[in-house]
Amino acid sequence: MNLFTEAKSIVKLNIRDYGMYIALIVIMLTFTIMTDGLFISSRNISNLLDSAGYIAVLAVGMTLVIVIRHIDLSVGFVAGFLGAVAAIFMTQLGFSIWITIPVILLFGILIGCFNGFLIAQLGIPAFVATLAGMLIFRGALLNVTEDTGTIIINNDQFNAIGNGFIPSLMLVNGLHLLSLLVGVAAIILYIYSEISTRKNKMTYGFDVMSSGIFLIKLLLVSLVIAYITWILAGYNGFSWTMVIMLLVVVIYHFLTTKTVLGRNIYAVGSNPEAAHLSGINVKKITYIVFGSMGMLAALSGLLFTSRLQSATTTAGTLFELDAIAAAYVGGVSSAGGVGRVTGAVIGAVVMACLSSGMNLLGTGISYQYMIRGGVLAAAVIFDVMTRRQRA
Amino acid sequence: MNDYILEMNNITKEFPGVKALSDVSFKVEKGEIHCLIGENGAGKSTLMKVLSGVYPYGTYKGDIVFEGEVQQFNEINDSVRAGIGIIYQELALFPDLTVYENIFAGNEIKKGPFVDWNETVVQATRMLKKVKLNVTPETLIKDLGVGKQQLVEIAKALSKDVKLLILDEPTAALNENDSENLLDLLKELKSQGISCIMISHKLKEVISIADKATVLRDGKTICTLDAQKGEITESIIIKNMVGREIEDIYPKRPDKKIGETVLKLTDWSAYDTQLGRKVAKNINLEVKKGEIVGIAGLMGSGRTELALSIFGNPKNYKLAGELEVHGEKKNFKHTSDAIKAGIAYVTEDRKGDGLFLIQDIKINVSAAHMKGISKKGILNLNEEVKVGTEYKKSLNIKASSLEQVVGKLSGGNQQKVSLGKWLFTGPRILILDEPTRGIDVGAKFEIYTIMNELIKEGLSIIMISSELGEIMGMSDRIYVMAEGAVKGELAIEETTQETIMELATQ
Repeated sequence: MNLFTEAKSIVKLNIRDYGMYIALIVIMLTFTIMTDGLFISSRNISNLLDSAGYIAVLAVGMTLVIVIRHIDLSVGFVAGFLGAVAAIFMTQLGFSIWITIPVILLFGILIGCFNGFLIAQLGIPAFVATLAGMLIFRGALLNVTEDTGTIIINNDQFNAIGNGFIPSLMLVNGLHLLSLLVGVAAIILYIYSEISTRKNKMTYGFDVMSSGIFLIKLLLVSLVIAYITWILAGYNGFSWTMVIMLLVVVIYHFLTTKTVLGRNIYAVGSNPEAAHLSGINVKKITYIVFGSMGMLAALSGLLFTSRLQSATTTAGTLFELDAIAAAYVGGVSSAGGVGRVTGAVIGAVVMACLSSGMNLLGTGISYQYMIRGGVLAAAVIFDVMTRRQRA
Repeated sequence: MNDYILEMNNITKEFPGVKALSDVSFKVEKGEIHCLIGENGAGKSTLMKVLSGVYPYGTYKGDIVFEGEVQQFNEINDSVRAGIGIIYQELALFPDLTVYENIFAGNEIKKGPFVDWNETVVQATRMLKKVKLNVTPETLIKDLGVGKQQLVEIAKALSKDVKLLILDEPTAALNENDSENLLDLLKELKSQGISCIMISHKLKEVISIADKATVLRDGKTICTLDAQKGEITESIIIKNMVGREIEDIYPKRPDKKIGETVLKLTDWSAYDTQLGRKVAKNINLEVKKGEIVGIAGLMGSGRTELALSIFGNPKNYKLAGELEVHGEKKNFKHTSDAIKAGIAYVTEDRKGDGLFLIQDIKINVSAAHMKGISKKGILNLNEEVKVGTEYKKSLNIKASSLEQVVGKLSGGNQQKVSLGKWLFTGPRILILDEPTRGIDVGAKFEIYTIMNELIKEGLSIIMISSELGEIMGMSDRIYVMAEGAVKGELAIEETTQETIMELATQ
């Protein structure tokens, strides 16, 4: 088999997984051409990724919730409410961020577990249980901000989470050194992990892709990482939001693909009855997934509050729907058992690209909504079509 | 005398790969109660579906003559219009609506464009009187017992001027009192000229009520018995039901080594809180090492429920009695506890609750024993491929690769994946629920051979099966269940098809 036919068959087999990446590249190229390169400028890409951060972390959690055939509508206002609580902790109670952040994340987990209790223990449909949560936390947000209105945060450390960048150490040809180093480290780590996986497979005597294709794959992915690093290093480097986003993706990707817990989550999503009969504790998994969703909602709230440097009375409005849209664009299936966290992040970035690109083009907000809706529908149609092909 | 209301002539119905009915002829005279009898899978339900239009005209061969006219039913409504009413085992009522709304659901009495509720109530009351049901028409269905719900179903059929009433195992869920009432009502309807076809497994009922009885076996009409000629007796019916030749497809197991008791149930009962009745009643049962214990019985006799109640009780039945595994009293809180104790349960419905159809073979094989492919919660994906490859080879699973999605495999291969998943847990006691349902003869033989090998390794197998041949060909000892209770224990030497059928139809 020559390289070309092998590449073709790999793409064909994995079209569902690669489809999103292809869509993302097409969207980015289109906007780059339409804006004469303005879209792909360092500054725009940096802003775009930062603005996707608080939705991306929600989309990661939402993907797992949808994988186990549930939904969580409460996350938006949970994020808004916990952001406001964080602001109150720091401005009125004088807590440092080292206390505030862990406590807020813990609150998120507790709220998520309460949702899990309603859904797993009492058997209330997730849609209704979390709709109630949405109303409750909307009220709670208004309640805690009632006297003060918008709470301005003057804590520089906290505000850096949403607006700051990692230190640059020094500038090399106008590029930030530390960011470059991070990019290089990422490439080395990627190549190392791919090679060790391949070696491991070969010691078991399994089929691996031919060395030619393997090299091309390594080169392509490394180039993409290098390019993104180069673009970002040309502006302010990696922002803290991007670092947090990446950490969340790496941890969740590992959890879902390489651990028993992850496997159990997908088993529950694929067939809850069979999972139960296979000795998997379906209730426990439901608690864990909603607990993680709550924690990520808290994280999202922190990111958003920090980005605005204040807690507002309407923070969190419609976050849940943006996160659900991102998860679906990222390839999650409402029938359960299918969906990757990497997909969810790509989905969030796709949606952010659309907003950013259309803003640069001066597209009216009314058309923006329609186009984003169209993209969501197209993503789900693509998903359904490719699945029918496979089944 | 040849005054037939229904003649079904030479009906043949094929599904891909299976002939469900071949050349079946079935005739019902006006004003008679005609029972349709046969084992599970004999073709009774298929025949009734052909009659009622569930399988539309053209998908089967043969004629249906109803009231002297050849009929072509394209959908259920056509047969209803002709005067055929069918009442399924699972009642098709709306539990949150009233009795009168249910009786006229889909057949509303109208005044102009609007429903005439007053007339509806009047008519409903009349129908209730006809079926001798003493409740107000405003009662909600969910507040009625199953027996009374059944009467509402009959009232509903009567409201459509039914001439031929079909009942599919109407007394299966009823207690004795309700059953008797129902049978009395059928006799009463008969006197009013309504003919009736009743599918039943309870031979006593058949004997007490039937004018005629037709026995089906393997999709063929075996005989039609006439009560007036004294042909409807237990022995004649059973002889005709089981007359099937047992093919010798069961591999021999020459050296039996039966050891100590590994599983013991004492006065074991399970109460289903949702159904509100006992699904397993005072069961005493014993399984020894190196033994295949067959559990025979008809569908709905409580065999699967018994298996689930042992296997960690996933349906949350209320349990009573004692379960001992390897001499230790057990009280499993979850299926995972049962797996830890060395029990595995291969479900009857592999697509529904056995396999993860959208996942591939290796993921399915490792699903019940992820400890075997992981360390401290971290998966070793290569180990998983190795395990999958081993089982694919040893069980002869035919698939293009381990990454093949299980939903696309044939029934036999799916069953092997299911078996592989449970063997990977390293069980000592294996419960197989209908292990060869819907799979071809070749795969059946393979599964029997695997079972024998497992027994040789010292496992114990509990095999639940509706297929008499399989039960008799594979088991060392047989328990026969009916209505949630064990009706008898048989040593294989003293077992005949007739003795099993007698116990199962009690």
